[in-house]
Amino acid sequence: MSQRPPDADLLFKALADPSRRRLMDQLHVHDGQTLGQLCEHLDMTRQGVTQHLDVLEGANLVATVRSGREKLHFLNPVPLQEIYERWIAKFEKPRLKALVHLKRKLEKSHG
Amino acid sequence: MARSTFVYATYIRTTPKELWSALTDPEFMKQYWFGMHCESGFTTGSAWKLVNDSGEVWDSGEIVEADPPRRLVIRWEHQKRPELKAEGASLCTMELEPVEKAVKLTITHSVEREASKLVEAVSGGWPKILSNLKSLMETGAVAFEEPYRNKK
Repeated sequence: MSQRPPDADLLFKALADPSRRRLMDQLHVHDGQTLGQLCEHLDMTRQGVTQHLDVLEGANLVATVRSGREKLHFLNPVPLQEIYERWIAKFEKPRLKALVHLKRKLEKSHG
Repeated sequence: MARSTFVYATYIRTTPKELWSALTDPEFMKQYWFGMHCESGFTTGSAWKLVNDSGEVWDSGEIVEADPPRRLVIRWEHQKRPELKAEGASLCTMELEPVEKAVKLTITHSVEREASKLVEAVSGGWPKILSNLKSLMETGAVAFEEPYRNKK
């Protein structure tokens, strides 16, 4: 597979599918599974699972490691960490500050 | 599978040479590894240790393989928490692979036992460390500055 650095669009696209999120959950329960093992737990065709895994790998959410003749799939949480930093931490900070401010103000007026 | 493994991969817009230097330079390391740094000659067979800002050794081992700027394999043994130390050696492999204008850095950390606590403890830190490293190399600033809390 020709690889290229994934961008945020690929990442969000990969996450925007319930089957792919289920695959990620499945890897979270048991990391490092083969295609066959993943198929056992999912109500999807082998071809479907392969295609979803390709999208997840293209978005760097899944990393693969060869172990003898087997190809093992691992969940790669680094892009999720990057989403957290870029899309969650940044926005929650001011809101938390506002809450602290509100609490202080309310307590003051009741004190 | 009687083995615990974690794989972490990130793409960093830099060169393999610069990334290798970022992974082996103690002063640079402190910036993205929450004050921790590695001490080693980073050649095959040299001793390796992971030290905190007050000089306390948290993990130690040996460089099993060093092939700059492509591959670094560390035999990694925890030293602080008895239950983690009891697990013995784990293996941490860092692979650097140029991809277009970036470098794909893959870190594989494994130990030959099921449900390893060591690998679990170590793994909690990697996503933040790698995120910080990427951010530092691409923008000159880290994303997280909180103290290292993953391995108490």
